[in-house]
Order: sequence, then C-alpha cells, then structure tokens
Amino acid sequence: MSSRPTNVVIAGLGGQGVLKASDILADVAFSSGLDVKKSELHGMSQRGGSVSSDVRFGECVYSPMVPEGEADFLVVIAADQVPVNVAALGQGGTLIEPSQIDESALTNKKSINVALLGVLSRHLPFSVEAWTAALKRNLPEKLHDANLLSFSMGRAEEPDVRRGREG
Amino acid sequence: MDSLQQHDAPALLSGDEAVALAAFDAGVALGTGYPGTPSTEILESFETLGGRAQWSPNEKVALEVGIGVAFAGARALVTMKHVGLNVAADPLFTVAYTRLDGALIVVSADDPGMASSQNEQDNRRYALAAGVPMIEPSDSQEAYEFTLRAIEISERWQVPVLLRMTTRVCHSKTIVRRGTVAISAPRPAHFEHDYPSRVRIPAYAKPAHRKLRKTLAEIAVWNDTEGPNQVIAGSKQLGIITSGISYQHVREAAPEASLLKLGVTYPLPLERMRDFAASVERCVVIEEGDPYLVEAARTAGIAVEGKQEIFRFGELNCKRVRRILDGDLSPEAKPVPGKPPALCPGCPHRSVYTVLRDLNCIVAGDIGCYSLGVLPPFEAMDTLVCMGAAIGVGLGFRHVLPPEDAKRVVSVIGDSTFVHSGITGLVEMVYNPPASGHVLLILDNGTTAMTGMQEHPGTGRTLAHAKTGKVVFEDLARSLGVRNVHVIDPTQSLDKFQELIQSCLERAELSVVIARRDCLLATRSIREYERCNEQPTD
Repeated sequence: MSSRPTNVVIAGLGGQGVLKASDILADVAFSSGLDVKKSELHGMSQRGGSVSSDVRFGECVYSPMVPEGEADFLVVIAADQVPVNVAALGQGGTLIEPSQIDESALTNKKSINVALLGVLSRHLPFSVEAWTAALKRNLPEKLHDANLLSFSMGRAEEPDVRRGREG
Repeated sequence: MDSLQQHDAPALLSGDEAVALAAFDAGVALGTGYPGTPSTEILESFETLGGRAQWSPNEKVALEVGIGVAFAGARALVTMKHVGLNVAADPLFTVAYTRLDGALIVVSADDPGMASSQNEQDNRRYALAAGVPMIEPSDSQEAYEFTLRAIEISERWQVPVLLRMTTRVCHSKTIVRRGTVAISAPRPAHFEHDYPSRVRIPAYAKPAHRKLRKTLAEIAVWNDTEGPNQVIAGSKQLGIITSGISYQHVREAAPEASLLKLGVTYPLPLERMRDFAASVERCVVIEEGDPYLVEAARTAGIAVEGKQEIFRFGELNCKRVRRILDGDLSPEAKPVPGKPPALCPGCPHRSVYTVLRDLNCIVAGDIGCYSLGVLPPFEAMDTLVCMGAAIGVGLGFRHVLPPEDAKRVVSVIGDSTFVHSGITGLVEMVYNPPASGHVLLILDNGTTAMTGMQEHPGTGRTLAHAKTGKVVFEDLARSLGVRNVHVIDPTQSLDKFQELIQSCLERAELSVVIARRDCLLATRSIREYERCNEQPTD
C-alpha cells in the first residue's frame, strides 16, 4: 500500500479566505506532481460561521477528509477557532495560528490567510516558484503584489512553531 | 476551469465541475436546475465552459424542460439538491414510463450530515421507487466518466438516469483526466410523433410499465456483466461491498480487504454481489445513509453484514468505517461546536426580524439566509419545513388558532423561494382566506443569497446575468386579487416598517408586504449586471 498522505486542515470563519487558502495549497501540491484531494463544506458556513477545509496530498490519496486526530498541520486563521479545530491535529502535529504573524505589518489585512500559508510553506517540500505560481493562478491580478508580500513575510518569519498535543 | 475548453492536461476539479465538463464534452444541449447546495456549481461551471444553462423557477419545471429536450432527441442535464428531487418527483416517476430520444441525466446531490439542508434523505430510494437507473461516482474523475456513461445508458435504453452524488463528491476537488471515456456525437434535435410512447393516458401507460420492468431487467444483466463495477482483490477474510464516497473511506480504512465497488447502484449487479460475497469469509456492506445496498442484498438472499444503526446518521469517514468493521459502538467524540452562521451585519433581514420579534408574531418561516432568524438575538421564526411551506403552514395556523393568536401569524418567505414554491401558496391564500385574514411577507433581497447569489425569475436576469423577463411580485399579488399590497425598504425606517406590519396584522384582510432591499453581498454585482444590461447591444 502507498505511503500515508500529508494532512492539512485549514480553519477559520466565513469570509476569511479559508477556502481560498486551501485552493492555493491544493494547487501547489497538484502542480508539484502529487495526488491531491481537497474537501470542504459550503452553504450555511458562508454566513460568518466556522469554516474548515481539508487538503491531503501524497503519492495516492483516497478519502478527501482528514481523519480526526491525524492532521499533520492545522492552520487556523481566527485565533478563537483554535479550540474548535484542535482535535483535528495529530500527535506531534504542527499548529499554525495568527499569533505567528505580525498582523500590523501586513499591507493587506485580508491576506492573513496567505501569510499563514507562508508559515506553512516552511514545513512543506514545495518551491517558492510553485507557491508563487499557485498564488497567482488563484487570486485576481490586482491582489498579487500584496499577497506575495504576505506570503514572503510568513515564510521568512523566525520559526516559532507551536506544538499541539505534545507527547 | 476557464481554460479547460482548450487543453487536455489533468486538472484539479470539484465533482460538480467534473460533471459540467463531461456535459460540455458530450455536447449536452441544455442544462437546467434550481440552485441548491451542494449541486449549484454544476450549471454555473457548465455555463462558464460555454454550455447553455438556465435556472428554472424550481426543480419540477427544470426536469420538465429537460424531458422536452430529451424527447426532441438532444441531451439534457438537470441538476438539483436531494430535496429538490421531491419537488421534481412527479415528472420523474412518469418520465420513466416514456421513451426518450436523446439523453436525460438527473443529478441528485445528497447531503448526508446536513451540512446545508433540512433533512438527510437518501435519494438512492428514488431510483428504486421510480424505476430509474442510477450511477454513483466516488470522486471527480468518476463524476466526469460516470456522467458520460450515464448519457450512454440513457440513450441506449431510452430512459432517464439518476446521477447520484453526495456533498463530499460534489465539493471535493480531485484530479480529473479528460477523454478517458468515448462518447458518441450528439444527434441534432428533431421531432416525430410517437403518442403511445409519450402520452401517458392509462391505455398507453399500462404497457409502458411492463416495458420499463423489462428494460430494467436488461440493464441489470448488462450491469452484472459489463457495468462500471470493480473488484479489488485483497484478503479472503474480509470483503466489503461499497459505492460512492464510502469507497474512498474504505480503501483507506481497510487497505487489506477485498472490495466490490459498485458504480451502477440501480438496478444492482446482484450476481456479482452474490459471487463476491461467496468468495470471502466475512462480507460487510459499507454505505452512507440508509441501509439501501444491504437490504437489496439480503432480499436477494446474499448473506452480508450491514452497519450498526448509529452509523445511519451523518456522514461516514475513515474512523467511522473502522468502527463499523470493528463493531465499535462506544460513544463517538462530539465535535466542539463552532461559531454558528449569522445574518451579516447590516443585512436587511435583521430589520425584519427585529420587528417580528418585537411584535411577538407567530412566524411561519421558509428556506434561505433568513432561516437564521430562528437564532439569537431574534428567535423570531417558529416553523421551517420545506421550500414554500411558510404560506401554507401560516394559513393552517390562522384557520385553527384562537383569534387572539391567529391574528399574530405572519408567513415569511424569500424572493427566490417565493418563485420556487410560494406562488401556489399565495393562490391558496386568495382562494381559502382565513377569517382573520393573513400577512405574507416576501423578503426580496434581489438574489438567491443562501446558495451564492444566483439569479431567479424575480431578478429579471438569466443564469448568465443577462436581461430577461421579470416576475414582479407586487403585480402578481394584485393580479390575484390581494388588495393590500405594500412595497417597503425595511432598512429605511424601522418604525415605519413596524407600523406597516402592525396595521396589516390588525386588519382582518389579506396583505402582501414586499420588504425590498438588495442583499449587501450582492449589491455591487447587481449594479454591475444592470449597467452591462443597459448598454446598447447593436
């Protein structure tokens, strides 16, 4: 049987760009030649409620949903959504949250989702070129500069990675 | 998606987008439907690809238009969410008795777990009840291929085909490669008289039912021998029969097991199932929702294990599949409740519910963003059953409640929902008026907001936002004989809105109040569409 896929859960509130972030991540993995599945729930969640999206990639992915407690990375865009989603994280999994970004330094406050992808990118084997191309493919041109800047900021920040569910 | 017409490289697509792509590749002449999560993106994607797609007022009309397309020898795709098929059930059951000349594919997008629905009905039951062949993809590649295969089946046997999807197939993105299934070119539309095959008076319908059963028996034989069902060899100790999204969970949860993955799940390939079950020591059926496969297997005398009743509720996933296989009935971890959705800040519905709450109304509600009026801080919705039910339920209250309560009853319905199923309710209100009168409040925010800002006949714009005929609610209400018809912007003055509702409640007459204010999220787009539509085309 094939090796286990990498599991990422991205979570936040409706309107924060959770689904956009998961689209970009899935695109990076896909354009890097991996099998990818991405899952999410639309509908009621659009009205400012909790939203989460699962992205799984590797040699071969079956279920599109990250099994509870098996996420390698949990990216949470709204700090208050950490407790809601922390059960997704596996032992030794990595939590990525807004406190790891200096939000005041973002030229576009709405690009925090992309800044957090920058933090996530440090842990993943994809090239900056692949990320840049995926960002451009998934965002309108007028937002490219601000988001590329946010991504670089997240990627360059000193690693301050918090561990979820230690031991 | 936009560039897909041009190249054949693999793409990462949602199941909905993959169905649209297949429809485009197959030359589907017309896509019709009514928006509903998780089906909405199919027609939107089809239109983006260059296909011809239309929103209908509701699913019944959408299916009827599709039937006409298929009678004329062309290919039709009709899309809806699971509860939409209830609305379209009337034509579905009888079109099964007719002879199609083209293809008719009916997409039912089910929502196990009710991510965005009022129930989790399992529409596989419709295939069985209506005698309509059914095919179930498990990812986007299969959504693409099975749409093409559904067209083949529909044209070969001249029957409609149900393409049954679920939320995690519709809204998951997986890799799709095109051109994997050959499909014949569509034939040009044409008409020929064929009364016995298409006019369902009893004299013609009686032989048609016998013919349908014979056709289904033929399809069952084909499905047993050539259908898109797949055996994946594995352990002889454990065999699993599965289909749809459950297959993906099973592959991950039980990599050692032998699998029989079913593609066409009505009529079932019972002999393949029988052979498979006999080839393993333990045969378990893993299916989401109702015990549809397990009951069919047992009825056919195939010894299989089913899932325990607690797994009937909600979606399956890898962990639940492991629990089913292990017989683990220990309590499942409850998810930490997230932040519930709420009406947007500044949403015009907020003004409406503030007033209904303050006036202590009994509110018969309906389906849309405004369903959120049931939650704090409003808690001003007392019932929600199905599309359009606000009016009938409100009238029922009015007919039997004591007068002091009856006069507090208001029916609240959104613009798109009113067009979908509220118009007949309004006719009922005029025809059988309660002694205390009634107040119908149409919340017209100029869009189908809940499903993502789709057009409807009340906006006067097509699916592609071009100008078309417009149904004007106030004109419609007046033409039906309602004398008290008011149009008001509820956000302009809360006091004036409250006064209006109060005066309508105090009158023992019929009133229709149209609370008109564009959805905040749609305002900018609406303005842009209107601007484009005003520009001269010649």
